[in-house]
Amino acid sequence: MSAVMINAKNVTRNFSISRGMFRGKQILRAVSGVDLTVKKGEVLALVGESGCGKTTLAKIILGLLPQTTGSVDLCGQSIMDLPRLELARTIQPIFQDPYSSLNPRKTIGSIIGLPMRVQGVENSATIRRKVQKTMDLVGLAARHYNAYPNQLSGGQRQRVAIARALVNRPQIVVCDEPTSALDVSVQSQILNLLSDLRKELNLTYIIISHNLAVVEHIATRVAVMYLGRLVEEAKTSILFNNPHHPYTRALLESVLTPEPDLGIPNTQLGASYPNPIDPPSGCAFHPRCAQVMPHCAMTPPLSNNVNGRFVECHIYNDDSAENAD
Amino acid sequence: MPITDEVKLDDGSKLGSLTKKIRGHQGMIIGSVIVFAVIAIALLAPLLAPHDPYEQDLMKRLLPPFWDSRGSWEHIFGTDHLGRDYLSRLIYGARISLLIGIGAALISGLIGTIMGVMAGYFGGRVDMVVTFLITVRLSMPVVLVALAVVAIVGGSLQVVITVLGLLLWDRFAVVMRSSTLQIRSMDYVAAAQAVGCSVSRVLMTEVMPNVVNNLIVITTIEIAHAIILEAALSFLGLGVQPPLPSWGLMVSEGKDMMLFEPWLITIPGVALFLLVLAINLMGDGVRDITAPENRN
Repeated sequence: MSAVMINAKNVTRNFSISRGMFRGKQILRAVSGVDLTVKKGEVLALVGESGCGKTTLAKIILGLLPQTTGSVDLCGQSIMDLPRLELARTIQPIFQDPYSSLNPRKTIGSIIGLPMRVQGVENSATIRRKVQKTMDLVGLAARHYNAYPNQLSGGQRQRVAIARALVNRPQIVVCDEPTSALDVSVQSQILNLLSDLRKELNLTYIIISHNLAVVEHIATRVAVMYLGRLVEEAKTSILFNNPHHPYTRALLESVLTPEPDLGIPNTQLGASYPNPIDPPSGCAFHPRCAQVMPHCAMTPPLSNNVNGRFVECHIYNDDSAENAD
Repeated sequence: MPITDEVKLDDGSKLGSLTKKIRGHQGMIIGSVIVFAVIAIALLAPLLAPHDPYEQDLMKRLLPPFWDSRGSWEHIFGTDHLGRDYLSRLIYGARISLLIGIGAALISGLIGTIMGVMAGYFGGRVDMVVTFLITVRLSMPVVLVALAVVAIVGGSLQVVITVLGLLLWDRFAVVMRSSTLQIRSMDYVAAAQAVGCSVSRVLMTEVMPNVVNNLIVITTIEIAHAIILEAALSFLGLGVQPPLPSWGLMVSEGKDMMLFEPWLITIPGVALFLLVLAINLMGDGVRDITAPENRN
């Protein structure tokens, strides 16, 4: 439909974990071989359990963390080649915890104005005008201009964080669980604000979330991550109506419903999340999979395009299914 | 009975809430009053001292202070073994103590802060090197090294300040490292990086303002530490050299006569005690008042 904003190819990020002086180092693969394309105006949701590499992937795309291998292009330019200030004008983050994302020593006005000053805007009247305009845009009262972050509520703080991200009108915004630290009543306000801003400013979002209800509400496309890999990626409606990957199915079943009679859903996931330092052989999901097949432990599955989605599972891999028989 | 109470809104003025907080902190008030009094005395020493602190009068040696039956109001705190006015020496001694305390704390604060912030912010190799240097420094006994250096180079005010400054940075480095480490993991540092701030800008506008209250507390501790160390060095005869009126030197010179003229060591001893206590009280107060969680 429109221009490709983010194009990540085979992105891998390893961390080396020291296990003490004499036991050497081990490699933790936080993100392994992720391909991701986001087009202008899309809202891509990254979902998955804690520790599956969502945040690491987001940090790589933001340029806060160098990738070990692979490449990330923003608007057709590699982030390695983009100058720092231009990268900052293109892509901005919104963090999870608004209590940690605002410097407690600075006023709201100076927090929101920082991106402009960094970009070389000297005139304080210009900064003030634009900061107040942005505060108005995100629904912050002008009287908060000289307030300190701890004088604001969680929802207001998150609005400040959004204003800081938007003051230089970036094209892409990466939201790392933008609502999970907020009260339920405030969550929907922030989500609606994000949706409105997307339409108004023609933004592209990457949203990281645990909350599948949030994802269904706001995302146009969903990518499910498991142990550093994308296991399924599709349009939101396709994925939510007919999840293919057994892990996606389990995730969707794990959503709690407001009806108390239904009890706590049984996801069939059984065993706990595997240790990412020592991932299972073959398909990383096989120890917890309800539909595990003998060869799942042997060969890693390939990505297939099935029914309008990408899914990485042996069930949909005709070749390996034949081999297994 | 009215259903609603009148609530006074905070006018939001920073200065107003700050003075209110200081007023509520007794230790801070006591400490700062003493510290500022000592600073004033040190600055105005020539006007306040009743006598020349260096003028000897052997006819009047070892006069007791005014509260003794043999004491006189001419020499309020008596005279020392060379007949010099003790009050005047005490007043001039405040200059030496403060100069050494502040000078040494400034030098060591600069060294320790740079090392600690670098180690905490960059981590990895930089952190390894700094941690190693801290360990090396901690393995050297301060008094022994200071004694050796002073014995080789010779004692003077400048040498004592430099030596103490070069030896007392360890606590600055340790505290700055750990508080920087803590601040570095905050999302606002990541946000500043994502906004395009240079490393120096992140350090100056995001990290430093949030570690500066720790820095102030350590500075006061180290000022007090340096003053005590100077007194110890002077007591051992390797600090400030006579006839400079340092409080430690006064204790040292009085120690031979302490059985019959105990005021010779109690007066400078109490002065040292009060100054160090006051500096620590003030540091405590500054920490309590500047902590951002108290701001409302």
